[in-house]
Amino acid sequence: MSDAPALVVENLSLAIGPAGLVDGVGFQVAPGEVMAIVGESGCGKSVTAQAIMRLLPDAIRQTGGRILLGGRDISAIPERAMRAVRGQLMSMIFQEPQAALDPLTTVGSQIAEALRQPLGRVRGEVLRMLRDVGISDPERRIDQHPFELSGGMCQRIMIASALISRPAVLIADEPTTALDVTIQAQILDLLRRLAIERQTAVVLITHDMGVVADIADRMAVMYAGRIAEAGPTAEIFAAPRHPYTALLLASIPRLSDVPKSKLAVIEGRVPNPSEFGPGCRFASRCPRADARCAAETPPLRPLGAGRLTACFHAEPPHGTQP
Amino acid sequence: MRARVSPGIAIILLLLAGFVLAAAGAELLSPADPLRQSLLLRLREPGFASRTATYWLGTDDLGRDLLSRILYGARASLLVAALSVSVSLVVGTALGLLAGWFRGWTAVLIMRFVDTMLSIPAILLAVLTVAVLGPGFIKLVMVLGLTRWPRYTRVAYAATLQVAGLPYIKAAEMAGCGATRILWRHILPNIAGPLMVVATSEFGLMILFEAGLSFLGLGIQPPYPSWGSIMSAGRQYVTRAWWLTVFPGACLFVLVLCVNVFGDWLRDRVDPRSRSR
Repeated sequence: MSDAPALVVENLSLAIGPAGLVDGVGFQVAPGEVMAIVGESGCGKSVTAQAIMRLLPDAIRQTGGRILLGGRDISAIPERAMRAVRGQLMSMIFQEPQAALDPLTTVGSQIAEALRQPLGRVRGEVLRMLRDVGISDPERRIDQHPFELSGGMCQRIMIASALISRPAVLIADEPTTALDVTIQAQILDLLRRLAIERQTAVVLITHDMGVVADIADRMAVMYAGRIAEAGPTAEIFAAPRHPYTALLLASIPRLSDVPKSKLAVIEGRVPNPSEFGPGCRFASRCPRADARCAAETPPLRPLGAGRLTACFHAEPPHGTQP
Repeated sequence: MRARVSPGIAIILLLLAGFVLAAAGAELLSPADPLRQSLLLRLREPGFASRTATYWLGTDDLGRDLLSRILYGARASLLVAALSVSVSLVVGTALGLLAGWFRGWTAVLIMRFVDTMLSIPAILLAVLTVAVLGPGFIKLVMVLGLTRWPRYTRVAYAATLQVAGLPYIKAAEMAGCGATRILWRHILPNIAGPLMVVATSEFGLMILFEAGLSFLGLGIQPPYPSWGSIMSAGRQYVTRAWWLTVFPGACLFVLVLCVNVFGDWLRDRVDPRSRSR
């Protein structure tokens, strides 16, 4: 985990028409590390993932920044070269695993496709991979169609096909959102284990703080297209510095809560990209906001110990929590 | 595949197999040479037995054995229909895939061309083309094939648009598949169902078109038999020799009916979710 980062995203900016969607997002992931990007829907985490794979929807453009994969900038290489990157050096899995598999192709052939080989030639390797992702009875499963498998099994198949070519980076966009909770835990354990075993850098996109706490080594909290706070997961959970992170963590219901008591909410809503003005984008909902927050954009500044925050009012580590 | 075939479909499949066998084995099954004329045996009724042979379906106005001519006519019908359906299926599907995948200007150009083609009556276009180019087997196939592709394009276009937006196509792109591979391996198999249904209904239509053009004298040329030309010749004798129009007409009717019922059955079968459950 100490070697050179597998993936570095620098100052990534995305726009839809004139409106900026993602503004100067940067992070890096080391081999074998799980890095979570957390945020509510519309904060730009999924388009960030699509931008890294260079498969943005037609309307969205990358307006700045670099994406370094193993030290090579892939944000400007031709589409043809990019095809050799996808699935080989960098893979992606996402929600709705059952819909992400071709209904007419057997799962074995779909995994073999990631190796660019017919199934017959790589059958042994595919079987080994199926066993590795915890599919029982792989000899039977390999020739089955996706509709014969459960959602959890389909996600295991997706993971198998994403990892069989031993990519350096795996991007997992809400990989467990469509699954029920016990299966979710199994899939997260599997991702965690494979990341370490295969030294794959995992970028986990999620809105679920529980998932983050479960498997992420480090995390970045995104709000309205910017990173609000980043750092080691355990430390951010223990002492959030950005008021948004603090409120997010406070809004997770706990078993110790009084039954039927009101859930903590963050008042207001995320601004639209067209409404972005100067200043901190969280200012309108922030309990600590003052005049400066509305006028000036807080830079993402280091707090030591690998932690970063974009807030003028980040509390000291021993300060009180909201 | 454990196919559960209902008795109705079994009969249809048997009849279709019978037509195909009759067409394929016309040489073996025909009691006589379909082209050999005998002026002494003109317009004999079905079941007529001469000293040397029995004419089960009678003879035509030139004394040729009708059964043999119908068997060879089945070959003409099926061959023309199969080849022209293949031509239009390939052309129409390819254009529909391209339009659905690239969208934008490609789609506008292709789909407006489709609209233009669909606004021209196919049979008129076919008549005109044959009239200009002259009749002939290959020309007949090409004319039918190249006038009937727009339906496939429409179906392929709509289905491609729909399938291209599905997560598994995105997943294939994420896995680094190129456009050719995605179109060929992932989109084409997934839109094949509706295309096969169109193809079977077109197959029935092509049989009718071939018969129609041959009836008008623009299809299979005499002396070679086709159901359309047999009926066309028999038309003049319909009061004296009913068998010349009734038997080929009945064959045409039964074959097209079988093809259409088969098409409906096929539509239910090609959906993988209805299979092996």
